[in-house]
Amino acid sequence: MTDFAQLGSVLGAWYDFRDLNNLQRLITEWIADWGPDWLASIIAGVLGTLGILGVIGPTLLILIWVERKVIARFQQRYGPNRVGPKGLLQPVADAVKLILKEQLAPRAADKLIFFLPPVLIFVPGVLIWGVLPFGPRMSVADLNVGVLFLLAVSGTTVLVIFMAGWSSNNKYALFGAMRAVAMSISYEVPMVLALLTLVVFSGTMSINGIVQWQQQEDVIFILLFPLSAIAFFFAASAELNRTPADISEAESEIVAGYHTEYSGMRFGLFYAVELGNTLVVSAFIATFFLGGWWLWGLDQWVPSWIILLVKTGAVYFLLIWTRGTLPRLRVDQLMGFCWKALVPATLLFVVVAFVERTLLISEGWDTTVALPIMAVFNIALTLGAIMLFARVSRPAPLRRPARIRMAGAEIGGLRAARQVASRTEEPQFQVGGD
Amino acid sequence: MTTADDTRLAMQGTIEALTTGDGSEPVVVNLGPQHPSTHGVFRLKVTLDGEIVQDAEMRIGYLHRSMEKLAEERTYTQNIPFTDRIDYLAAMSNNLAYCLAAEELLGVEVPPRANAIRVMFAELQRVASHAMANGTFINDCGAWHTPLFHMFRDRERVLDMFEMTCGARLTTNYMRIGGVAFDLPDELLPTLEQFLADMPENIANYEALLLENEILHARARGIGVISPEMAINSSLSGPVLRATGVPWDLRKANPYCGYEDYEFDVPVGEQGDCFDRFLVRMAEVKESLRILRQVVDNLPDGPWLADVPLHARPEPGESYARVESPRGELGFYLVSDGGPAPYRFHCRPPSLINLTALKEMSIGGTLADAIVTLGSIDIVVGEIDR
Repeated sequence: MTDFAQLGSVLGAWYDFRDLNNLQRLITEWIADWGPDWLASIIAGVLGTLGILGVIGPTLLILIWVERKVIARFQQRYGPNRVGPKGLLQPVADAVKLILKEQLAPRAADKLIFFLPPVLIFVPGVLIWGVLPFGPRMSVADLNVGVLFLLAVSGTTVLVIFMAGWSSNNKYALFGAMRAVAMSISYEVPMVLALLTLVVFSGTMSINGIVQWQQQEDVIFILLFPLSAIAFFFAASAELNRTPADISEAESEIVAGYHTEYSGMRFGLFYAVELGNTLVVSAFIATFFLGGWWLWGLDQWVPSWIILLVKTGAVYFLLIWTRGTLPRLRVDQLMGFCWKALVPATLLFVVVAFVERTLLISEGWDTTVALPIMAVFNIALTLGAIMLFARVSRPAPLRRPARIRMAGAEIGGLRAARQVASRTEEPQFQVGGD
Repeated sequence: MTTADDTRLAMQGTIEALTTGDGSEPVVVNLGPQHPSTHGVFRLKVTLDGEIVQDAEMRIGYLHRSMEKLAEERTYTQNIPFTDRIDYLAAMSNNLAYCLAAEELLGVEVPPRANAIRVMFAELQRVASHAMANGTFINDCGAWHTPLFHMFRDRERVLDMFEMTCGARLTTNYMRIGGVAFDLPDELLPTLEQFLADMPENIANYEALLLENEILHARARGIGVISPEMAINSSLSGPVLRATGVPWDLRKANPYCGYEDYEFDVPVGEQGDCFDRFLVRMAEVKESLRILRQVVDNLPDGPWLADVPLHARPEPGESYARVESPRGELGFYLVSDGGPAPYRFHCRPPSLINLTALKEMSIGGTLADAIVTLGSIDIVVGEIDR
């Protein structure tokens, strides 16, 4: 009888959309009342995993549609609009097509290592979701070293990519894999440093702790450490192989990079994980720098996970926007940008965070006064750093402006060319330069 | 390069690797014949040391259709559709160049209205072709198709105008020996007016999107540089030559179809790099619009086709006519033996000759630079292989 009464409160909790964790907690408590402890923890884990898979599966399908539609609008097209209402079923049709296609493997491929990556790449892709807090108590595992877990797990993706590129026995794939490894290892450094800023300043490595710090202090980290946010955004988009940093699958250079030789659903799995990673990285950017599930008290009225999803959507749109607008950087330029710009800048902000943290804790500065001052100082420092970098780092060919002159009466060969070049009047138009 | 050279290079690599002890040797990568950035079936065999291009070798002929030989079996009029398919992105210019050569051979006088219409369509074709060239160039720089699709809008409108005039969009077959096949339809001029009115805003949009883009500058400035001397020695033409600063444009240097009556300028670059080629094309589109404006304002009345027999038999002799196609100097050389078909039909394709400079431009850069350089040369494989 009492069991049924508790079941009623479980169902009641289900309707409280603000915190879906209530449901899971009550179910496990209900089981713990009559069952062994291990059963409760196993069921809690299974429920959490199913919840995550249930969220990202459909979300991915919708995301493919969203990304294609948004990109299409950037490009003056309609995008998919044939399958289902507004083309919403297009991703399903694509998935069915990919499943039905033949799975080819090159004759000279290392078969076992060639078959593993499409499966293995799912592991970090799903594991990362486990530490994402959707609400105050809504994360599958609220680790006290969540930031470390996030970096460690996301770092393993590159191994899978290298397995794929190496085993394909294809030069494009090998090039893609080598570029991916070089880039991943490089961009992990500014990523770690950007997060280290937050860890130092908030004094916690728990991801939920970082959100709660932002809630307590009524400030989001993008205002306090804008350069860390920018660096993290760019480093993340590089890790995700998205334009302008998609060198490891640069279509115009190395066809499809490390997954050139994968056909059918094996390619589909790479594609799906890439999109899933894009979503989860957007969610983490929203969590670390935009306050996550918290929004100045609105989280009391709106379910916290909806707030997080909206913020995630905004970051995701930004990622689509950059992808739809910018050309790709070259390998050496990308590496140079990482080591010469992002690493020193993020390192500078780690030091800044140390100093400011010390001022807050040891000197006991009042946070309501100190934080706005620090925010203004840090924003000014960020702008200064960006402008300094823009001045210092320009390579020699970019320092000269590109000029277009109009040849008037001079038509001919070298002598005419010299005449045109020696004209002193202003060129027709002039681009770039210092 | 021969097989022996290949072997020698590989041997060299091995010997160097053995002597320096770093165990590295160059990798030979075939870009193409099927590759996203070769713009057709063209193969570029690059020898790479890491990402650095040590050697680049062009292998062409995958799209060879034997047009020059086939043309010797067909009458002069029947050969016009072949010229569409030589450079399928500038069919009008190819029609025009061939018809000019045939007219020279036959001694035909072209009516003034036909000349004006020819200029109009040649310039429209230039706008369409440069839209394609610049769009794919930015794509080769790694943009995700956005500039290409924006520029395709303009190209679509030009192709619509082709369609309403001659029924075809790509392989137009519009010019005839002695004029053009049809007069302008009534709806063409209003459409063209609207196009001319809209284009400045579109171009301003592209310039806002692309000209100050730091990534595009980093990718295209100082890349694929060729000196004016080398460009002339390689007999390059078109925007690739003008980007080096040499003001050579056949519309000015050797006017045809009454180009001497129109007022326009020849834009030239300074550095001869990929970005200058891109800028020269952008500027040329504006000049084309200027010419189009003048053509529309001064369109003469009268016949649009001279009275030429369908199966004309020219006197024995030869002729060569050249035009400034969007890609450069396009020439047709015809030899007649008095029969109904040309004894020899030869095309001087600008793409092929511009492409010969690719090796010079890309050695020493990275693989990505070679792709950007290839995109900036603006090749059409149908024209290279014919």
